Amino acid sequence: MMENIFGFSISPSSAINMDKVDRALFEELCRVEPDAVRCMACGSCSATCPAAAFSGMSIRKVLLCLQRGKEKEAFRMMSNCMLCGKCTMVCPRGINTRRLVLSISRIYGKEDTK
Amino acid sequence: MKEIVVIIGGGIAGLEAASKLLDLGYSPIIVEKSGRLGGHVARWNRLFPDMTPAADIVSELTERTKGANIFLNTEISFINRLRDSYNIKLSNGISINTSYILFTTGFSLFEAEKKEEYGYGVYDQVITNGDLEQWFNTGEDHRISGKEIGHIGFVHCVGSRDEKARNSQCSKVCCITAIKQAIELKEKFPDAEIWCFYMDLRLFGKKFEDFYTKAQRDYGIHFIRGRVSEVSENIEGKVIVKAEDTLAGKPIKITLDLLVLMSGMVCSQDSTKTAGMLSLPVDSDGFLKSSDNVMHITSSPKNGIFYAGACTGPKTVPETLAEARSAVLEIHSHISRK
Ligand SMILES: Cc1cc2nc3c(=O)[nH]c(=O)nc-3n(C[C@H](O)[C@H](O)[C@H](O)COP(=O)(O)OP(=O)(O)OC[C@H]3O[C@@H](n4cnc5c(N)ncnc54)[C@H](O)[C@@H]3O)c2cc1C
Ligand code: SF4
Ligand code: SF4
Ligand code: SF4
Repeated sequence: MMENIFGFSISPSSAINMDKVDRALFEELCRVEPDAVRCMACGSCSATCPAAAFSGMSIRKVLLCLQRGKEKEAFRMMSNCMLCGKCTMVCPRGINTRRLVLSISRIYGKEDTK
Repeated sequence: MKEIVVIIGGGIAGLEAASKLLDLGYSPIIVEKSGRLGGHVARWNRLFPDMTPAADIVSELTERTKGANIFLNTEISFINRLRDSYNIKLSNGISINTSYILFTTGFSLFEAEKKEEYGYGVYDQVITNGDLEQWFNTGEDHRISGKEIGHIGFVHCVGSRDEKARNSQCSKVCCITAIKQAIELKEKFPDAEIWCFYMDLRLFGKKFEDFYTKAQRDYGIHFIRGRVSEVSENIEGKVIVKAEDTLAGKPIKITLDLLVLMSGMVCSQDSTKTAGMLSLPVDSDGFLKSSDNVMHITSSPKNGIFYAGACTGPKTVPETLAEARSAVLEIHSHISRK
Protein backbone atom coordinates (compact mmCIF):
# COMPACT_ATOMS: atom_id res chain seq x y z
CA MET A 1 0.00 0.00 0.00
CA MET A 2 1.24 3.47 -0.83
CA GLU A 3 2.07 5.56 2.16
CA ASN A 4 0.17 8.74 2.79
CA ILE A 5 3.08 11.11 2.46
CA PHE A 6 0.94 14.25 2.68
CA GLY A 7 -0.30 13.57 6.19
CA PHE A 8 -3.97 13.87 5.29
CA SER A 9 -6.59 11.65 3.75
CA ILE A 10 -9.83 12.23 1.96
CA SER A 11 -12.93 11.78 4.06
CA PRO A 12 -16.55 11.74 2.83
CA SER A 13 -18.21 15.16 2.70
CA SER A 14 -20.18 16.01 5.81
CA ALA A 15 -22.07 18.77 4.00
CA ILE A 16 -25.84 18.72 4.14
CA ASN A 17 -27.62 18.80 0.81
CA MET A 18 -31.21 19.71 1.59
CA ASP A 19 -32.28 18.91 -1.97
CA LYS A 20 -31.66 15.23 -1.24
CA VAL A 21 -33.27 14.98 2.19
CA ASP A 22 -36.41 12.85 2.33
CA ARG A 23 -38.75 14.55 4.79
CA ALA A 24 -41.58 12.02 4.73
CA LEU A 25 -40.89 10.39 8.10
CA PHE A 26 -40.27 13.68 9.84
CA GLU A 27 -43.59 14.93 8.54
CA GLU A 28 -45.25 11.81 9.85
CA LEU A 29 -43.62 12.50 13.21
CA CYS A 30 -44.95 16.07 13.16
CA ARG A 31 -48.48 14.79 12.69
CA VAL A 32 -48.32 13.01 16.05
CA GLU A 33 -45.86 15.40 17.69
CA PRO A 34 -46.57 18.85 16.25
CA ASP A 35 -44.23 20.37 18.83
CA ALA A 36 -41.24 18.64 17.27
CA VAL A 37 -40.64 21.73 15.13
CA ARG A 38 -40.95 24.23 17.94
CA CYS A 39 -37.47 23.64 19.34
CA MET A 40 -35.53 26.90 19.50
CA ALA A 41 -32.17 25.24 20.05
CA CYS A 42 -31.63 26.62 23.53
CA GLY A 43 -29.76 23.51 24.66
CA SER A 44 -31.46 23.17 28.07
CA CYS A 45 -32.38 19.56 27.36
CA SER A 46 -28.81 18.53 26.59
CA ALA A 47 -27.40 20.44 29.53
CA THR A 48 -29.59 18.60 31.97
CA CYS A 49 -29.50 15.16 30.36
CA PRO A 50 -27.69 12.60 32.53
CA ALA A 51 -26.82 10.61 29.42
CA ALA A 52 -25.31 13.59 27.62
CA ALA A 53 -21.97 13.72 29.38
CA PHE A 54 -20.85 10.23 28.43
CA SER A 55 -22.81 9.60 25.24
CA GLY A 56 -23.37 12.94 23.53
CA MET A 57 -27.15 12.48 23.71
CA SER A 58 -29.01 15.69 22.92
CA ILE A 59 -32.66 16.09 22.05
CA ARG A 60 -31.79 19.32 20.27
CA LYS A 61 -29.30 17.50 18.06
CA VAL A 62 -31.62 14.54 17.49
CA LEU A 63 -34.31 16.88 16.17
CA LEU A 64 -31.80 18.68 13.99
CA CYS A 65 -30.34 15.43 12.62
CA LEU A 66 -33.77 14.09 11.71
CA GLN A 67 -34.54 17.28 9.80
CA ARG A 68 -31.22 17.21 7.99
CA GLY A 69 -31.46 13.60 6.86
CA LYS A 70 -28.92 12.29 9.39
CA GLU A 71 -31.11 9.57 10.92
CA LYS A 72 -28.23 7.26 11.78
CA GLU A 73 -26.59 9.93 13.88
CA ALA A 74 -29.90 10.57 15.65
CA PHE A 75 -30.36 6.91 16.50
CA ARG A 76 -26.80 6.59 17.75
CA MET A 77 -27.55 9.34 20.25
CA MET A 78 -31.04 8.16 21.15
CA SER A 79 -29.89 4.67 22.04
CA ASN A 80 -28.38 6.23 25.19
CA CYS A 81 -31.60 7.81 26.43
CA MET A 82 -32.83 6.40 29.73
CA LEU A 83 -36.26 7.99 29.40
CA CYS A 84 -35.80 9.76 32.72
CA GLY A 85 -37.72 12.82 31.53
CA LYS A 86 -35.41 15.47 32.95
CA CYS A 87 -35.26 17.16 29.54
CA THR A 88 -39.04 17.55 29.46
CA MET A 89 -38.93 19.27 32.82
CA VAL A 90 -36.57 22.02 31.60
CA CYS A 91 -37.69 22.63 28.02
CA PRO A 92 -38.85 26.28 27.90
CA ARG A 93 -41.05 25.56 24.90
CA GLY A 94 -42.91 22.90 26.86
CA ILE A 95 -42.06 20.20 24.35
CA ASN A 96 -42.71 16.72 25.70
CA THR A 97 -39.23 15.58 24.76
CA ARG A 98 -39.44 12.28 26.56
CA ARG A 99 -42.56 11.30 24.63
CA LEU A 100 -40.83 12.58 21.51
CA VAL A 101 -38.06 10.01 21.95
CA LEU A 102 -40.71 7.28 22.11
CA SER A 103 -42.59 8.59 19.08
CA ILE A 104 -39.40 8.87 17.07
CA SER A 105 -38.49 5.28 17.88
CA ARG A 106 -41.95 4.12 16.92
CA ILE A 107 -42.19 5.99 13.62
CA TYR A 108 -38.63 5.62 12.43
CA GLY A 109 -38.38 2.11 13.82
CA LYS A 110 -40.96 0.97 11.27
CA GLU A 111 -38.43 1.63 8.55
CA ASP A 112 -35.21 -0.21 8.37
CA THR A 113 -33.07 2.80 9.04
CA LYS A 114 -31.06 1.42 11.90
CA MET B 1 -51.10 84.15 15.37
CA LYS B 2 -51.03 80.39 15.14
CA GLU B 3 -47.50 79.05 15.49
CA ILE B 4 -46.17 77.40 12.32
CA VAL B 5 -44.33 74.07 12.52
CA VAL B 6 -42.53 72.81 9.42
CA ILE B 7 -42.54 69.02 9.15
CA ILE B 8 -39.96 67.60 6.76
CA GLY B 9 -41.20 64.23 5.48
CA GLY B 10 -44.78 63.06 4.96
CA GLY B 11 -44.41 59.47 6.17
CA ILE B 12 -46.45 58.17 9.08
CA ALA B 13 -44.30 60.10 11.56
CA GLY B 14 -44.91 63.39 9.74
CA LEU B 15 -48.62 62.70 9.32
CA GLU B 16 -49.20 61.72 12.93
CA ALA B 17 -47.28 64.78 14.14
CA ALA B 18 -49.27 67.06 11.85
CA SER B 19 -52.56 65.64 13.07
CA LYS B 20 -51.62 66.16 16.72
CA LEU B 21 -50.33 69.69 16.04
CA LEU B 22 -53.67 70.49 14.41
CA ASP B 23 -55.47 69.14 17.49
CA LEU B 24 -53.44 71.52 19.63
CA GLY B 25 -54.33 74.48 17.41
CA TYR B 26 -51.00 74.92 15.61
CA SER B 27 -50.38 75.30 11.93
CA PRO B 28 -48.31 72.41 10.53
CA ILE B 29 -46.78 72.49 7.06
CA ILE B 30 -45.69 69.14 5.60
CA VAL B 31 -42.93 69.14 2.99
CA GLU B 32 -42.79 65.79 1.19
CA LYS B 33 -40.28 65.14 -1.56
CA SER B 34 -42.22 62.33 -3.25
CA GLY B 35 -45.59 62.51 -4.94
CA ARG B 36 -47.60 60.87 -2.15
CA LEU B 37 -48.01 60.64 1.59
CA GLY B 38 -47.38 57.69 3.88
CA GLY B 39 -43.68 57.06 3.23
CA HIS B 40 -42.62 53.42 3.35
CA VAL B 41 -45.81 52.24 5.02
CA ALA B 42 -47.71 53.26 1.88
CA ARG B 43 -45.63 50.62 0.07
CA TRP B 44 -46.31 47.82 2.53
CA ASN B 45 -49.31 45.50 2.45
CA ARG B 46 -50.20 44.13 5.90
CA LEU B 47 -48.44 45.06 9.14
CA PHE B 48 -47.19 42.87 11.96
CA PRO B 49 -48.21 41.98 14.59
CA ASP B 50 -51.96 42.05 13.81
CA MET B 51 -51.83 41.99 9.99
CA THR B 52 -53.48 45.42 9.86
CA PRO B 53 -53.82 46.65 6.26
CA ALA B 54 -51.14 49.32 5.81
CA ALA B 55 -53.45 51.26 3.49
CA ASP B 56 -55.95 51.73 6.33
CA ILE B 57 -53.32 53.34 8.52
CA VAL B 58 -52.15 55.68 5.80
CA SER B 59 -55.67 56.71 4.85
CA GLU B 60 -56.69 57.30 8.45
CA LEU B 61 -53.63 59.48 9.04
CA THR B 62 -54.11 61.35 5.77
CA GLU B 63 -57.73 62.01 6.65
CA ARG B 64 -56.72 63.48 10.00
CA THR B 65 -54.20 65.89 8.44
CA LYS B 66 -56.63 67.49 6.01
CA GLY B 67 -56.27 70.84 7.77
CA ALA B 68 -52.50 70.95 7.29
CA ASN B 69 -50.62 72.64 4.51
CA ILE B 70 -49.10 69.88 2.44
CA PHE B 71 -46.53 70.31 -0.32
CA LEU B 72 -45.91 67.15 -2.34
CA ASN B 73 -43.00 66.75 -4.78
CA THR B 74 -41.26 69.45 -2.82
CA GLU B 75 -37.83 69.62 -1.27
CA ILE B 76 -36.01 72.00 0.96
CA SER B 77 -33.73 74.20 -1.17
CA PHE B 78 -32.01 75.87 1.73
CA ILE B 79 -32.48 76.92 5.34
CA ASN B 80 -31.18 80.15 6.81
CA ARG B 81 -30.77 80.50 10.50
CA LEU B 82 -32.07 83.86 11.72
CA ARG B 83 -31.71 85.15 15.28
CA ASP B 84 -34.41 82.98 16.81
CA SER B 85 -36.14 81.46 13.86
CA TYR B 86 -35.42 79.72 10.56
CA ASN B 87 -36.10 80.85 7.03
CA ILE B 88 -36.85 77.89 4.78
CA LYS B 89 -36.85 78.09 1.01
CA LEU B 90 -38.76 75.31 -0.74
CA SER B 91 -38.05 73.97 -4.24
CA ASN B 92 -41.44 75.35 -5.39
CA GLY B 93 -40.24 78.87 -4.63
CA ILE B 94 -42.24 79.36 -1.44
CA SER B 95 -40.39 80.59 1.60
CA ILE B 96 -41.49 80.02 5.19
CA ASN B 97 -40.45 81.60 8.42
CA THR B 98 -40.72 79.34 11.46
CA SER B 99 -39.24 78.72 14.89
CA TYR B 100 -39.94 74.99 14.83
CA ILE B 101 -38.78 72.31 12.43
CA LEU B 102 -39.63 68.63 12.87
CA PHE B 103 -37.55 66.09 10.95
CA THR B 104 -39.60 63.02 10.00
CA THR B 105 -37.41 62.09 7.08
CA GLY B 106 -37.41 58.36 7.83
CA PHE B 107 -35.03 55.74 6.50
CA SER B 108 -33.94 54.09 3.26
CA LEU B 109 -34.07 50.42 2.46
CA PHE B 110 -30.52 49.07 2.10
CA GLU B 111 -29.71 48.64 -1.61
CA ALA B 112 -29.48 44.87 -1.85
CA GLU B 113 -27.41 44.96 -5.05
CA LYS B 114 -24.53 46.20 -2.94
CA LYS B 115 -24.26 42.71 -1.43
CA GLU B 116 -23.06 41.26 -4.72
CA GLU B 117 -22.69 37.72 -3.38
CA TYR B 118 -26.49 37.50 -2.97
CA GLY B 119 -27.11 38.19 -6.64
CA TYR B 120 -29.90 40.78 -6.45
CA GLY B 121 -30.27 42.34 -9.88
CA VAL B 122 -28.14 39.52 -11.33
CA TYR B 123 -30.25 36.40 -10.77
CA ASP B 124 -33.89 36.74 -11.66
CA GLN B 125 -35.27 34.75 -8.73
CA VAL B 126 -33.68 36.92 -6.04
CA ILE B 127 -36.00 39.62 -4.69
CA THR B 128 -36.15 41.89 -1.62
CA ASN B 129 -38.59 42.32 1.25
CA GLY B 130 -39.71 45.57 -0.40
CA ASP B 131 -40.39 43.80 -3.73
CA LEU B 132 -42.42 41.17 -1.91
CA GLU B 133 -44.63 43.75 -0.14
CA GLN B 134 -45.13 45.34 -3.56
CA TRP B 135 -46.22 41.98 -4.96
CA PHE B 136 -48.65 41.44 -2.07
CA ASN B 137 -50.15 44.80 -3.04
CA THR B 138 -50.25 44.52 -6.80
CA GLY B 139 -50.01 40.80 -7.54
CA GLU B 140 -47.68 41.74 -10.35
CA ASP B 141 -44.14 40.45 -10.47
CA HIS B 142 -42.89 38.20 -13.25
CA ARG B 143 -40.53 36.52 -10.76
CA ILE B 144 -43.41 35.21 -8.64
CA SER B 145 -46.75 35.30 -10.48
CA GLY B 146 -47.46 32.28 -12.62
CA LYS B 147 -44.25 30.57 -11.54
CA GLU B 148 -44.01 27.20 -9.88
CA ILE B 149 -42.81 28.12 -6.41
CA GLY B 150 -41.93 25.03 -4.39
CA HIS B 151 -38.93 26.14 -2.34
CA ILE B 152 -38.45 29.60 -0.90
CA GLY B 153 -35.62 31.07 1.16
CA PHE B 154 -35.35 34.18 3.31
CA VAL B 155 -31.99 35.77 4.05
CA HIS B 156 -31.95 37.79 7.27
CA CYS B 157 -29.59 40.71 8.00
CA VAL B 158 -28.98 41.85 4.42
CA GLY B 159 -26.91 45.00 4.78
CA SER B 160 -27.45 45.01 8.55
CA ARG B 161 -25.01 43.83 11.22
CA ASP B 162 -22.47 44.04 8.44
CA GLU B 163 -19.47 46.26 8.89
CA LYS B 164 -18.35 45.76 5.32
CA ALA B 165 -21.72 47.11 4.15
CA ARG B 166 -21.03 49.97 6.58
CA ASN B 167 -24.09 49.22 8.69
CA SER B 168 -23.16 47.58 11.93
CA GLN B 169 -26.58 48.15 13.48
CA CYS B 170 -29.44 45.67 13.64
CA SER B 171 -32.42 46.88 11.63
CA LYS B 172 -34.73 45.47 14.23
CA VAL B 173 -37.86 44.94 12.12
CA CYS B 174 -36.57 42.46 9.55
CA CYS B 175 -36.61 39.29 11.66
CA ILE B 176 -40.31 39.74 12.36
CA THR B 177 -40.92 40.92 8.78
CA ALA B 178 -39.25 37.77 7.42
CA ILE B 179 -41.47 35.59 9.58
CA LYS B 180 -44.55 37.59 8.63
CA GLN B 181 -43.73 37.37 4.92
CA ALA B 182 -42.85 33.66 5.19
CA ILE B 183 -46.29 32.99 6.68
CA GLU B 184 -47.95 35.08 3.98
CA LEU B 185 -46.10 33.21 1.22
CA LYS B 186 -47.01 29.89 2.79
CA GLU B 187 -50.64 30.97 2.64
CA LYS B 188 -50.25 31.77 -1.06
CA PHE B 189 -48.21 28.64 -1.83
CA PRO B 190 -49.41 26.03 0.70
CA ASP B 191 -47.19 23.29 -0.71
CA ALA B 192 -44.02 25.35 -0.58
CA GLU B 193 -41.15 24.57 1.78
CA ILE B 194 -39.82 27.78 3.31
CA TRP B 195 -36.42 28.32 4.92
CA CYS B 196 -35.24 31.29 6.96
CA PHE B 197 -31.48 31.75 7.26
CA TYR B 198 -30.75 33.80 10.36
CA MET B 199 -27.84 34.70 12.64
CA ASP B 200 -30.01 35.47 15.67
CA LEU B 201 -33.75 35.78 15.76
CA ARG B 202 -34.45 39.15 17.30
CA LEU B 203 -38.13 39.11 18.13
CA PHE B 204 -38.41 41.80 20.73
CA GLY B 205 -41.91 43.20 20.26
CA LYS B 206 -45.40 42.50 21.44
CA LYS B 207 -46.56 39.14 20.11
CA PHE B 208 -43.43 38.68 17.95
CA GLU B 209 -42.37 35.46 19.69
CA ASP B 210 -45.88 34.08 19.13
CA PHE B 211 -45.39 34.76 15.44
CA TYR B 212 -42.22 32.71 15.53
CA THR B 213 -43.76 29.65 17.19
CA LYS B 214 -46.79 29.94 14.92
CA ALA B 215 -44.49 29.97 11.90
CA GLN B 216 -42.73 26.86 13.19
CA ARG B 217 -45.68 24.82 14.31
CA ASP B 218 -48.66 25.91 12.21
CA TYR B 219 -46.87 26.82 8.99
CA GLY B 220 -43.92 24.42 9.08
CA ILE B 221 -41.40 27.13 8.27
CA HIS B 222 -37.83 25.95 8.75
CA PHE B 223 -35.16 27.98 10.48
CA ILE B 224 -31.47 27.53 9.80
CA ARG B 225 -28.98 29.39 11.94
CA GLY B 226 -26.25 30.56 9.62
CA ARG B 227 -25.58 33.53 7.41
CA VAL B 228 -25.93 32.82 3.71
CA SER B 229 -22.44 33.06 2.30
CA GLU B 230 -23.17 32.86 -1.41
CA VAL B 231 -25.91 32.45 -3.94
CA SER B 232 -25.55 31.04 -7.44
CA GLU B 233 -27.90 30.12 -10.27
CA ASN B 234 -28.29 26.78 -12.02
CA ILE B 235 -29.16 26.11 -15.64
CA GLU B 236 -32.91 26.00 -14.89
CA GLY B 237 -32.77 29.46 -13.37
CA LYS B 238 -33.14 28.23 -9.80
CA VAL B 239 -30.96 29.70 -7.09
CA ILE B 240 -28.56 27.64 -5.02
CA VAL B 241 -27.88 28.90 -1.54
CA LYS B 242 -24.86 27.96 0.54
CA ALA B 243 -24.49 28.57 4.25
CA GLU B 244 -23.20 26.90 7.35
CA ASP B 245 -25.84 25.25 9.50
CA THR B 246 -24.06 26.48 12.60
CA LEU B 247 -26.23 24.40 14.95
CA ALA B 248 -25.18 21.25 13.12
CA GLY B 249 -21.69 22.58 12.52
CA LYS B 250 -21.92 21.54 8.89
CA PRO B 251 -22.10 23.30 5.54
CA ILE B 252 -25.57 23.26 4.03
CA LYS B 253 -26.78 23.68 0.48
CA ILE B 254 -30.28 24.08 -0.91
CA THR B 255 -31.87 24.80 -4.28
CA LEU B 256 -34.69 27.35 -4.29
CA ASP B 257 -37.29 28.81 -6.64
CA LEU B 258 -37.33 32.17 -4.90
CA LEU B 259 -34.96 33.93 -2.53
CA VAL B 260 -36.09 36.94 -0.52
CA LEU B 261 -33.44 39.28 0.87
CA MET B 262 -34.34 41.09 4.09
CA SER B 263 -32.85 44.48 3.28
CA GLY B 264 -32.18 46.52 6.37
CA MET B 265 -33.15 50.03 7.39
CA VAL B 266 -30.41 52.58 6.82
CA CYS B 267 -30.35 56.34 7.15
CA SER B 268 -31.68 58.08 4.06
CA GLN B 269 -29.38 60.36 2.10
CA ASP B 270 -32.22 62.89 1.84
CA SER B 271 -32.38 62.95 5.58
CA THR B 272 -28.69 63.64 6.14
CA LYS B 273 -28.56 66.10 3.23
CA THR B 274 -31.29 68.28 4.72
CA ALA B 275 -29.90 67.87 8.23
CA GLY B 276 -26.56 68.98 6.85
CA MET B 277 -28.08 72.36 5.93
CA LEU B 278 -28.42 72.97 9.66
CA SER B 279 -25.13 71.26 10.56
CA LEU B 280 -27.05 68.69 12.60
CA PRO B 281 -24.85 65.82 13.80
CA VAL B 282 -25.06 62.22 12.64
CA ASP B 283 -24.78 59.36 15.15
CA SER B 284 -22.31 56.47 14.88
CA ASP B 285 -24.99 54.34 13.17
CA GLY B 286 -25.43 56.92 10.39
CA PHE B 287 -28.86 58.10 11.59
CA LEU B 288 -29.59 61.60 12.88
CA LYS B 289 -28.18 62.14 16.34
CA SER B 290 -30.58 63.01 19.13
CA SER B 291 -29.40 65.29 21.91
CA ASP B 292 -29.64 62.25 24.17
CA ASN B 293 -30.60 58.67 23.33
CA VAL B 294 -32.40 57.97 26.60
CA MET B 295 -34.22 61.05 27.78
CA HIS B 296 -34.39 63.23 24.67
CA ILE B 297 -34.62 61.04 21.61
CA THR B 298 -36.92 63.55 19.86
CA SER B 299 -34.70 66.57 20.49
CA SER B 300 -31.82 67.64 18.29
CA PRO B 301 -28.92 69.50 19.84
CA LYS B 302 -30.24 72.68 18.15
CA ASN B 303 -32.91 74.96 19.45
CA GLY B 304 -36.31 74.50 17.81
CA ILE B 305 -35.35 71.42 15.82
CA PHE B 306 -36.92 68.05 16.64
CA TYR B 307 -36.95 64.49 15.35
CA ALA B 308 -39.54 61.72 15.16
CA GLY B 309 -39.63 58.27 13.63
CA ALA B 310 -37.07 56.28 11.70
CA CYS B 311 -34.78 59.24 10.95
CA THR B 312 -33.03 58.52 14.26
CA GLY B 313 -32.89 54.73 13.84
CA PRO B 314 -34.91 51.63 12.90
CA LYS B 315 -38.39 51.66 14.40
CA THR B 316 -41.72 49.89 14.12
CA VAL B 317 -44.94 51.70 13.20
CA PRO B 318 -46.27 51.97 16.79
CA GLU B 319 -42.87 53.23 17.98
CA THR B 320 -42.80 55.78 15.18
CA LEU B 321 -46.30 57.02 15.97
CA ALA B 322 -45.52 57.25 19.68
CA GLU B 323 -42.43 59.30 18.92
CA ALA B 324 -44.37 61.64 16.66
CA ARG B 325 -46.81 62.32 19.50
CA SER B 326 -43.98 62.78 21.96
CA ALA B 327 -42.18 65.24 19.66
CA VAL B 328 -45.40 67.24 19.31
CA LEU B 329 -45.72 67.44 23.06
CA GLU B 330 -42.11 68.59 23.30
CA ILE B 331 -42.78 71.33 20.73
CA HIS B 332 -45.97 72.29 22.54
CA SER B 333 -44.12 72.75 25.84
CA HIS B 334 -41.51 74.90 24.13
CA ILE B 335 -44.16 77.14 22.61
CA SER B 336 -46.10 77.37 25.88
CA ARG B 337 -42.97 78.42 27.75
CA LYS B 338 -42.38 81.40 25.40
C1 LIG C 1 -39.77 45.66 4.74
C2 LIG C 1 -40.31 46.40 5.92
C3 LIG C 1 -41.56 46.05 6.43
C4 LIG C 1 -42.07 46.70 7.55
N1 LIG C 1 -43.25 46.25 8.07
C5 LIG C 1 -43.69 46.79 9.24
C6 LIG C 1 -44.85 46.25 9.89
O1 LIG C 1 -45.48 45.31 9.38
N2 LIG C 1 -45.23 46.78 11.10
C7 LIG C 1 -44.52 47.80 11.69
O2 LIG C 1 -44.87 48.21 12.81
N3 LIG C 1 -43.44 48.35 11.07
C8 LIG C 1 -43.01 47.87 9.87
N4 LIG C 1 -41.89 48.41 9.27
C9 LIG C 1 -41.29 49.66 9.81
C10 LIG C 1 -41.98 50.91 9.18
O3 LIG C 1 -41.79 50.89 7.79
C11 LIG C 1 -41.39 52.19 9.78
O4 LIG C 1 -41.65 52.19 11.17
C12 LIG C 1 -42.00 53.47 9.21
O5 LIG C 1 -41.92 53.48 7.82
C13 LIG C 1 -41.29 54.71 9.75
O6 LIG C 1 -41.98 55.84 9.32
P1 LIG C 1 -41.29 57.25 9.11
O7 LIG C 1 -42.38 58.21 8.82
O8 LIG C 1 -40.38 57.54 10.24
O9 LIG C 1 -40.32 57.08 7.83
P2 LIG C 1 -40.63 56.77 6.28
O10 LIG C 1 -41.68 55.78 6.13
O11 LIG C 1 -39.29 56.47 5.69
O12 LIG C 1 -41.15 58.16 5.70
C14 LIG C 1 -40.29 59.25 5.51
C15 LIG C 1 -40.88 60.20 4.50
O13 LIG C 1 -40.07 61.38 4.43
C16 LIG C 1 -39.84 61.74 3.08
N5 LIG C 1 -38.55 62.46 3.06
C17 LIG C 1 -37.33 61.95 3.41
N6 LIG C 1 -36.38 62.91 3.31
C18 LIG C 1 -37.02 64.05 2.90
C19 LIG C 1 -36.57 65.36 2.64
N7 LIG C 1 -35.29 65.70 2.81
N8 LIG C 1 -37.49 66.28 2.24
C20 LIG C 1 -38.79 65.95 2.10
N9 LIG C 1 -39.28 64.72 2.33
C21 LIG C 1 -38.40 63.77 2.73
C22 LIG C 1 -39.83 60.43 2.35
O14 LIG C 1 -40.14 60.62 0.98
C23 LIG C 1 -40.94 59.66 3.09
O15 LIG C 1 -42.21 59.93 2.54
C24 LIG C 1 -41.34 47.77 8.15
C25 LIG C 1 -40.10 48.14 7.62
C26 LIG C 1 -39.56 47.45 6.55
C27 LIG C 1 -38.21 47.84 6.05
S1 SF4 D 1 -35.24 11.49 28.89
FE1 SF4 D 1 -33.43 10.82 27.75
S2 SF4 D 1 -32.80 12.67 26.66
FE2 SF4 D 1 -34.19 13.34 28.30
S3 SF4 D 1 -32.85 13.84 29.99
FE3 SF4 D 1 -33.47 11.73 30.26
S4 SF4 D 1 -31.86 10.55 29.27
FE4 SF4 D 1 -31.63 12.64 28.56
S1 SF4 E 1 -34.93 22.35 25.78
FE1 SF4 E 1 -36.61 22.32 24.30
S2 SF4 E 1 -36.34 24.19 23.07
FE2 SF4 E 1 -34.42 23.86 24.22
S3 SF4 E 1 -33.12 22.73 22.76
FE3 SF4 E 1 -34.17 21.21 24.03
S4 SF4 E 1 -36.03 20.68 22.89
FE4 SF4 E 1 -35.23 22.56 22.01
S1 SF4 F 1 -33.92 42.32 12.96
FE1 SF4 F 1 -33.11 40.27 12.54
S2 SF4 F 1 -32.79 40.27 10.29
FE2 SF4 F 1 -32.95 42.41 10.94
S3 SF4 F 1 -30.84 43.06 11.25
FE3 SF4 F 1 -31.68 42.43 13.26
S4 SF4 F 1 -31.10 40.29 13.47
FE4 SF4 F 1 -30.84 40.83 11.30
